[in-house]
Amino acid sequence: MPRVQLALTSAGFRRYATYRQATVAGAFTNTVFGFLRCYILLSVAATAGGTVAGYGGPELATYVWMGQGLLAVVASWDQLDLAERVRSGDVVADLLRPVDPLWTYLWGELGRACFMVLTRFLVPTLIGAIAFGLYRPQHAVTYALFALSTLAAVLISFCCRYLIGLSAFWLLDIRGVTVFWVFVSGFASGLYFPLAVLPGWLSTALWVATPFPGLMQGPLDVMVERGGIGNALLVCVGQVAWVGILLLVCKWAQARAVRKLVVQGG
Amino acid sequence: MIISARGLRKDFTVNRKVGRFRRERHVVSAVDGVDLSVERGEMLGYIGPNGAGKSTTLKMLTGVLTPSGGEVTVCGLAPVAKRTTLARRIGVVFGQRSQLWWDLPLAESFSLLRHIYRVPDSDHAARLKMCSQLLALDEFIETPVRQLSLGQRMRGELTAALLHGPEVLFLDEPTIGLDVLSKQAVRDFLAGVATRGDTTVVLTTHDLADIEKLCRRLVVIDHGRVVHDGTVDELHARYRSRRVIVADLDTPWPDGLTLPGADVTSVTADGHRVTLALDGATAGEVVAALAGAVPLRDLSVQEPEIEDVIAKLYRS
Repeated sequence: MPRVQLALTSAGFRRYATYRQATVAGAFTNTVFGFLRCYILLSVAATAGGTVAGYGGPELATYVWMGQGLLAVVASWDQLDLAERVRSGDVVADLLRPVDPLWTYLWGELGRACFMVLTRFLVPTLIGAIAFGLYRPQHAVTYALFALSTLAAVLISFCCRYLIGLSAFWLLDIRGVTVFWVFVSGFASGLYFPLAVLPGWLSTALWVATPFPGLMQGPLDVMVERGGIGNALLVCVGQVAWVGILLLVCKWAQARAVRKLVVQGG
Repeated sequence: MIISARGLRKDFTVNRKVGRFRRERHVVSAVDGVDLSVERGEMLGYIGPNGAGKSTTLKMLTGVLTPSGGEVTVCGLAPVAKRTTLARRIGVVFGQRSQLWWDLPLAESFSLLRHIYRVPDSDHAARLKMCSQLLALDEFIETPVRQLSLGQRMRGELTAALLHGPEVLFLDEPTIGLDVLSKQAVRDFLAGVATRGDTTVVLTTHDLADIEKLCRRLVVIDHGRVVHDGTVDELHARYRSRRVIVADLDTPWPDGLTLPGADVTSVTADGHRVTLALDGATAGEVVAALAGAVPLRDLSVQEPEIEDVIAKLYRS
């Protein structure tokens, strides 16, 4: 990785590493909710004859616990600094640097995700594995595909949140957009329940026409080898395509936003 | 010429409510035909009342705001079209904005900026060393920016703006909200930058002491237009601001007494205090004449206040 990118990524990592108490509290909360969700889903499975929408016990435990871990890595609930910086006018400092803010934010975000993998992802995953036993992939390549899928999920989440941040150039107050995003991304990404429980047409529409399943359900399905390696590859290709599309949309929206720019309160 | 602007304009469209539902669009000119040329190494004070168009001009010069009209080049580049190229050659400090990373220690912000601007290690180290000595950064360089006081942060901002060796430094109210000591530190530092002469500085401020201590040339803008462009002395000359002698006397000032080359502007304290504005004569001549005419107890000579002159300018 070239030095600028490396420096930005490691700065992103260290920015979050300074908040130790928040990290501990976050991992604790994710774990508590992991127990709650896991017991609920397992009891649903028990009453439904051992599976829910084709997921067995270990798959469901994996879906819950790795999902709890991915929550902080993908971070679809946290907004980027961008929106606040647009509102306060600090974004002017971002525009006065010789690098494109899109990339500056993206590399910083990757650093943040790395930190979250090492802390908030590992803790719930380990606790889930000890308390419930997680699904063990049959193929070694699944681990690599899961890593790729998670990276793509981080990037999809980043692009969506960057677009929300850019909307502040027009709206200034983005609370409405944020609330809508939190609802839709939670529901349509498979965070609240596995997407397979939805009617077939709806779940297919979400997978094909929106990037949302790529945020959560994608990496989790890859990990539990749902549909085998073939499906995992399909999921990854779909995610990568969404990353490409969303980055282009971000570039376009940013160009529009900068053209429109009137820095607030100066 | 490192900065050149001719007929620079910026119009904003604002909607005004008319009646219950109707709105009317009005065009407001924040900057209305500013001509400005700055030579390399110059230190320019750019002042004006709130809303005069200072920050708007600065944004157009740095490329974050597109002018509505006129021509502008900075370092030979069109600022908006070449914003990222220009960014490597200019440094900017907005007193009320921050370019540092909130969560990271100052030292890490600096090293990140080194990578972003691709500054060679040795140049970065040399500039950082100079800034840390002059601005006494050592005591807080490892502190996260969010924990710094305003004065410390501003010293950090100045350093951050200079680490890539910019040709032009734009400072938008760098001393706003600072205590006396921090202001002094910032001014001394900027005076050093000016003395070295390799960086052109454009300074906007409301603190006229900044201007008096730092800038030979002063551009005053009001309602988007340049109303004065010259030295501080020229401004005094233009508004006939005069030095003043205040004398305390043992006996009251005799009615109708006049002195050559000075005007009596007030007689107070039952005639025991007289204020004379110099008008053609030197202070020495007037004091000598004064001492010959009346018994003097005490005496002071006051320089004209730049604030008074600027206030006259804003009001006119």
